[in-house]
Amino acid sequence: MNIILWSVLTLVIIGLISAIVLYFLAEKFKVEEDPRIDEVEEVLPNANCGGCGFPGCRNFAEACVRADSLDNLFCPVGGNEVMKKVAEILGKTVVEQAPKVAVVRCQGSPKYRPRTTEYDGPASCAVEAALYSGHTDCQYGCLGHGDCVAACEFDAMYMDPETMLPVVIEDKCTACGACVEACPKDIIELRSINKKSRRIYVACISMDKGATTRKACEVGCIGCSACYKACEFDAITMYDRNLAYIDPDKCRLCRACVPVCPTNSIIEINFPPRKVRIKKTTSNTAAKAKIKDEKLQAEVKVKDSLLNKPADNPPSDDINLKQSAKKQQDNNSSNS
Amino acid sequence: MQLKTFPKGGVHPPEYKLTADKPLKILPVPKQLVIPIQQQLGRPGEILVKKKDKVKVGQLIVKATGFVSANIHSPVSGTVTKIDKVIDASGYKVDAIVIKVDDEQVWEENIDRSEDIKRDITLTSEQIIKKVEEMGIVGLGGATFPSHVKLSIPPGKKCELLIINGVECEPFLTSDHRLMLEKTEQILIGTKILMKALKVDKAVIGIEANKPDAIEKMLKFTENYPEISVQPLKVKYPQGGEKQLIKAITGREVPSGGLPIDVGVVVHNVGTTYAVYEAVQKNKPLFERVVTITGPSVKQPGNYIAKIGTPISALIEAAGGLPEDTAKIIAGGPMMGKALKNTDVPITKGTSGILILPRSMAYRREVQPCIRCARCVNACPQGLEPYLLMSVAQKQIWDIAEQHNVMDCIECGSCSYICPSSRPLLDYIRFGKRTVGAIIRERKQKSKK
Amino acid sequence: MENKLVISNSPHIQTPLTVKRIMLDVIIALSPAAIFSIYLFGLGAFIIITVSIISSVFFEWLLTKYFLKKPSTISDLSAVVTGLLLAMNVPSNLPIWMLLVGTFVAIGIGKISFGGLGQNIFNPAIMARVFMLISFPVAMTSWPIPLKDRMHYIDVHTGATPLGIIKEGVKNGETISHLMHQIPSNSQLFYGIMGGSLGEMAAILLILGGIYLLIRKVITWHIPVSILVTVALFTGILWLINPDKYANPLFHLLTGGLMLGSIFMATDYVTSPMTPKGQIIFGVSIGLLTVLIRVWGAYPEGVSFAILIMNAFVPLINRYTRPKVFGTNKKINKNG
Repeated sequence: MNIILWSVLTLVIIGLISAIVLYFLAEKFKVEEDPRIDEVEEVLPNANCGGCGFPGCRNFAEACVRADSLDNLFCPVGGNEVMKKVAEILGKTVVEQAPKVAVVRCQGSPKYRPRTTEYDGPASCAVEAALYSGHTDCQYGCLGHGDCVAACEFDAMYMDPETMLPVVIEDKCTACGACVEACPKDIIELRSINKKSRRIYVACISMDKGATTRKACEVGCIGCSACYKACEFDAITMYDRNLAYIDPDKCRLCRACVPVCPTNSIIEINFPPRKVRIKKTTSNTAAKAKIKDEKLQAEVKVKDSLLNKPADNPPSDDINLKQSAKKQQDNNSSNS
Repeated sequence: MQLKTFPKGGVHPPEYKLTADKPLKILPVPKQLVIPIQQQLGRPGEILVKKKDKVKVGQLIVKATGFVSANIHSPVSGTVTKIDKVIDASGYKVDAIVIKVDDEQVWEENIDRSEDIKRDITLTSEQIIKKVEEMGIVGLGGATFPSHVKLSIPPGKKCELLIINGVECEPFLTSDHRLMLEKTEQILIGTKILMKALKVDKAVIGIEANKPDAIEKMLKFTENYPEISVQPLKVKYPQGGEKQLIKAITGREVPSGGLPIDVGVVVHNVGTTYAVYEAVQKNKPLFERVVTITGPSVKQPGNYIAKIGTPISALIEAAGGLPEDTAKIIAGGPMMGKALKNTDVPITKGTSGILILPRSMAYRREVQPCIRCARCVNACPQGLEPYLLMSVAQKQIWDIAEQHNVMDCIECGSCSYICPSSRPLLDYIRFGKRTVGAIIRERKQKSKK
Repeated sequence: MENKLVISNSPHIQTPLTVKRIMLDVIIALSPAAIFSIYLFGLGAFIIITVSIISSVFFEWLLTKYFLKKPSTISDLSAVVTGLLLAMNVPSNLPIWMLLVGTFVAIGIGKISFGGLGQNIFNPAIMARVFMLISFPVAMTSWPIPLKDRMHYIDVHTGATPLGIIKEGVKNGETISHLMHQIPSNSQLFYGIMGGSLGEMAAILLILGGIYLLIRKVITWHIPVSILVTVALFTGILWLINPDKYANPLFHLLTGGLMLGSIFMATDYVTSPMTPKGQIIFGVSIGLLTVLIRVWGAYPEGVSFAILIMNAFVPLINRYTRPKVFGTNKKINKNG
């Protein structure tokens, strides 16, 4: 009996002393932190993906609290909703940013872009690109080893085994930019999407001359400028007369460019199937086309860096690729 | 004579010197040459010709832009048909001049086409360096570094020794071997010319012991050239790497990130030396070189003097055609060469050999996990840890890669060769070098601002 | 040419040496000692060796396929080597079920749980031996007498090992010279006629195996020589100080698992240092620890524990014994 009493008493006293010591230590070594950092961190997605440019959500929260304005701070995963909440907590204003999604600007599956050599080495795009231009005749095209898929922390990408191209699952994509960083060919681009998740882009970044591109890949952009002439909103730029690029901010999603592309290089996503209509050139459109042509001569934009890094927004593949490819095939067969 | 060697690292791949006894032959010129405008390290030159221009043999067609650049001369007389793109060894498209070859060959006037050996060196050392630059001489060992840059000693440094690299440690290749046997005296005169340009009085020719006939011939001829000595070297790959060669012959180590001139040495390849002889004594620009065409199933392997711009298909035809079981065509040797994508790639100044491997030798074994046997560490001639560099490159931890001297790798391939688990060590280390190199360049640019 | 050309990074040739070849060499080097132990101990040894090898391979196949879910690695023969080494570490009358527990621990915990071949920190065979020693102390310390009861398996006559005799004797205050009468002569020790596990016999055969491995360049001399020299020196000094209390160096070299451990177990690639300098440090430390445990520790044999302890230090040794980089004066030390 005595033993039990003594044991219990000893333990209670040890417990009490420890509690008191720990309390004073905790008070002494307490780190003063703005409590708002915790509040902001609460509303963040806590994926720690680095898409905001900070190493972890807590650092982003700190940055938000310390910054004067939230203009340059954006969490792509949480999006506008989360930024609004952050703004509320901190009493600051935030500008709404257009939602973006990753887009794979290459359609070079083995069917369209034959593999002319066999690559025997580690299955990593970065390693192959460090030494070779690729195992097809197009030096700009997707290598197909899946560095982008491995980089995605949201499980929003997968490699299609048939086309050997990455596919973006648009619902899961948070536009954090990890895949853009991972791709050594700069094929993936973050493009803004509108409410219905629609987008139109040129699914090619090849700066080769038209004939060379065509030899290497059936669906590459040959720089014929047909889309440039067809666009009424000046949204298309021709780079070095070898590659077309659609500016996502200027594009009105009218789809005028998609059917005129001779190689079906332009992709439209999430659109309803179009009614078949053969486009006839009226005198008006011919005159417009002529003016555009002259503009084109004057406006040739040559960017050296584009040889390896064409524009900021190369087109991308999509889960609806098969759908849109089929649409293009339908359009083709109905146009011819 | 005592065989010297470098103390650290090295591997012993089988030698396969199938063409060591095949004398030099001139490769017939094809109907059309495709000459890339960049065949050297440094900046590409400026194209001087345009479509429909007529050119003569030895005419300057690409002019160097800046100091680290090189001239290119036409190897034939003919008509320029177009300035087109051709794929280089990596598969990237590069500009090239396409020349349709005339039936009658017209040479530039001041080139001496005689075969006799000119021994007197009449130019001063500055004139020699200018001539080397004018004639477009670049390192023919494979690195294609413009030779006049190597000969221009920066202020504050002094050259004490010239080393001529006749090692040819790569398996299969024999172009340097044949040059040493057939153009022995010309090489020695070329050495003297280089010595005059560098203002040194000593030169050593390093030759690996698997070329006893070349060593013997060189020893005999150097009796007339007492300033030049011959040093036989133990057969070990990569003895021909310039840092390892300097260590073996002089015992000095080129500092990490430095150049051989930092230890008072300049190294030139035997082929480059021969080209210097031709340039200075015969006024002949560099437009052809010895290329070995070889491989286990090649019908008639040999060593050919080929004009630059010749597509490899012409060389393969001369060797009896492409073997049935061909799976890999390599420009260079099997340890450091580049596998080519097709046979239209043209021969450039840096092509020392074309190796054709059959399907049985073309594939790597299955990759197994690292068993930490340390064979790669023992094999690395630069004292690096390849297993660690690969692991770090896979995880993309670039600061550790930089700390562990990934930039000191000479990309010799000894580590990948010796690994029992067939791990792609050099693949990842190369990837690491490119990335860390870019990071370092960015850092330097930022600090300049 | 219909077939495509292959492109890959250099080098394009490879050494003919494979992991399988290395393992095969180790098995060949161990065979003389294993066969001799079957000669000495008969049926028991045969059963132990075969069961150990078969169960190791089986467990590796099972766990790699269903636990790690990677392709099977049994063809590289490393499981066979582990099985054989474990068999050499146990007495020949060990019940089969205990042996199976041992191989399961060796492969499952010692190798697979760390991630498979090349990832383990501790030598799997030694880890299993120590595990069994602590779990089944009686079974693991009853040593069959050689050349007796060779047609029997479990029910054999047992006796003490020479090290055990010395340990007990010294504890009881007897002098070494008195005890030496109970111990087989030096030549008998050399040829292995003494009590002990399968691998503790036949120093001569183990040394022959070691020389074979040295010629085939599977191991280097650094580890075995530094262990043996250290043990000889340390015990030599002790013996010179007090020959009545400490046995002579030759005795220590020939008894126990020292030969097996220094030639076959400590030289395991995965768990030993990567540079010669590191290997010497490793070897010397193992030698010191072995003698410490043998002379002053609770167990008569210390090699297993010494190797295990030093295995834990290998990453540290690797960090501080980096090779010298060509063209630099210093090695990378603390930063690395």
